[in-house]
Formats: sequence, C-alpha cells, structure tokens
Amino acid sequence: MKAAVIVFPGSNREGDMARALAQATGHRPDMLWHDDHALPAGTDLVVLPGGFSYGDYLRCGAIAGRAAIMDAVRKHAARGGLVLGVCNGFQILCESGLLPGVLMRNANLRFVCKMQHLRVERNDTAFTRQYGKNQVIEVAIAHGEGNYEGDDATIERLEGDGLVAFRYCDASGRIGGAANPNGSRNDIAGIYSAGRNVLGLMPHPENLIDPLVGGVDGRGLFESLASAA
Amino acid sequence: MKARVIVTLKSGVLDPQGKAIEGALVSLGVPGVASVRQGKVFDVELAGEDKAAARERLTAACEKLLANTVIENFSIEI
Repeated sequence: MKAAVIVFPGSNREGDMARALAQATGHRPDMLWHDDHALPAGTDLVVLPGGFSYGDYLRCGAIAGRAAIMDAVRKHAARGGLVLGVCNGFQILCESGLLPGVLMRNANLRFVCKMQHLRVERNDTAFTRQYGKNQVIEVAIAHGEGNYEGDDATIERLEGDGLVAFRYCDASGRIGGAANPNGSRNDIAGIYSAGRNVLGLMPHPENLIDPLVGGVDGRGLFESLASAA
Repeated sequence: MKARVIVTLKSGVLDPQGKAIEGALVSLGVPGVASVRQGKVFDVELAGEDKAAARERLTAACEKLLANTVIENFSIEI
C-alpha cells in the first residue's frame, strides 16, 4: 500500500493521518503539496486530511477542490484508485465533484467536537473489511459544517445503491434523534462513490488509533486499506 | 467594467444561518419579518467593455467556483 497525503494551506490533520497510515502500512505516506501536478508513481491511495483549507473561505473545501493537484486525484479515482477524504477532505471531495451532495452548516449552528458512535453500513469495501457489518465504532468528530445534504434523487441513489458508508448512531447502534450530531440527511456520516473506491466521512478515524488517546476503533479503516493493495 | 454576482441558496435548501438571523430580527422587534435567507455578493471588476463577453466569463466563474450549483443559484448584474 503506497499512500499519498495532500496538504493544502490550512490543512491541520495531515500529521495525524500520516501516523495512522504509517502504523497500519509500515511506511510513511508521501506528503504532497496542493500545487503539485502529479501523484508519485505507484500511488494506491490518496488521502485528503482534515483542517480548514484556505480558511474555509467562500465555502468549506471550495477552493481546495479546484487546486492543481485535484486533476491528478480525479484521474486516479477514475482509474479505480482509492481516495479517502476526512472532515475537510470530505468537503473537498464534494466540492471537487468526486462525491455527490454538500456539507452544510450544522443544523444547530454550533461547532461540534466530541466522541461519536458510528454504524459501519457494509464491510465489503476496501475501507471497511476489518470491521463487522453494522459494527458500532466510537471515533471523534470535530466540525462546524458536517450536515450532509443532497437532493432527493441523490439521497435515493446513495441509499438504493448501498453507497452510505457510515451513519451516526448511539452506543447501542440506534440511528436517529439525538444520535445525529449535525442534522445530516438520513444520519449520513460518510459516503462512497459509485465504484466504492472513493470514501468521504466527517469523523476522524485517524485520531483513534492509540489506546493512549481514548480508543483504537479507527484502526480498522487503516488496516483495511493496508490489506487492500 | 464593474459587475455584481449574487449567489443565493436554492429554495427548499435549509438555511440555518438565515433562520438564526430571522430569529434575531424578530427578537429585536423588527416588524413584519416573515423569513430571511442569507446569500453572498461578489463585486467584480473586469477588463474590457464587452458586456456579453463579461456575462459569459462570469457565468463560467460561477459554475466553476463562486456558486455550488447543487445548493445555490446565481445571478449576474453588469
């Protein structure tokens, strides 16, 4: 597994992401700058980390979604290459057209920073093989614009084609109500592209890889990726 | 040439910021506020005097960057 992490002005989770990837794969990922034009030869996985690219100016992820490197990321995804976007990375994927829909302001207008349970919707993808189907995991969330919205046709397609990756839930796996931290349609925390090779999610699995900081439920995602290629 | 681009949320898209502003206006006692929707205004200075060309360029700018057409409409005043 050869991974590359893209760093934009204002990214701030790239170090955490690199640590999680190194732990699972045994190699440090390549760190790329937003105005690079190509991915290193043999890149299997491109990761867009969290943060506040371009200060969240205009719309979260809007300017990063048009950065020079994103053409190479689009081509990589079109070839079936793996792409992971976390938090601001998810927003960038939506703004760049790699994933449908949009992340709106949280419904309660508050930045939410806490531990959150998620339900793993399917475990037959490159990102989730090390989890069980419907397994409940606990990871961190930290965002002000994580309220996933799409038009009715988009939501129907995501649901019908099994492209919802994670849903917000409570500790027992119950979906809905107070378990939804931001107002997302259908409690969506993360989605796949049609080919299931692109994943965007708001929560931060890269921050739950070490018992020292509260849990290791995020490891499964990186270990799945490490065994995928 | 000066132009103004106005970007607004499509109808039906939830606007929590507009709702909060609406609530604040009502609590300030501003009479008759039925609804508030928040949008964005971009004042753009363009080289040249060809209005049709300017409109074309700004439409491209909106579609590429200024508006997210999943949730936003745009209009251009020249």
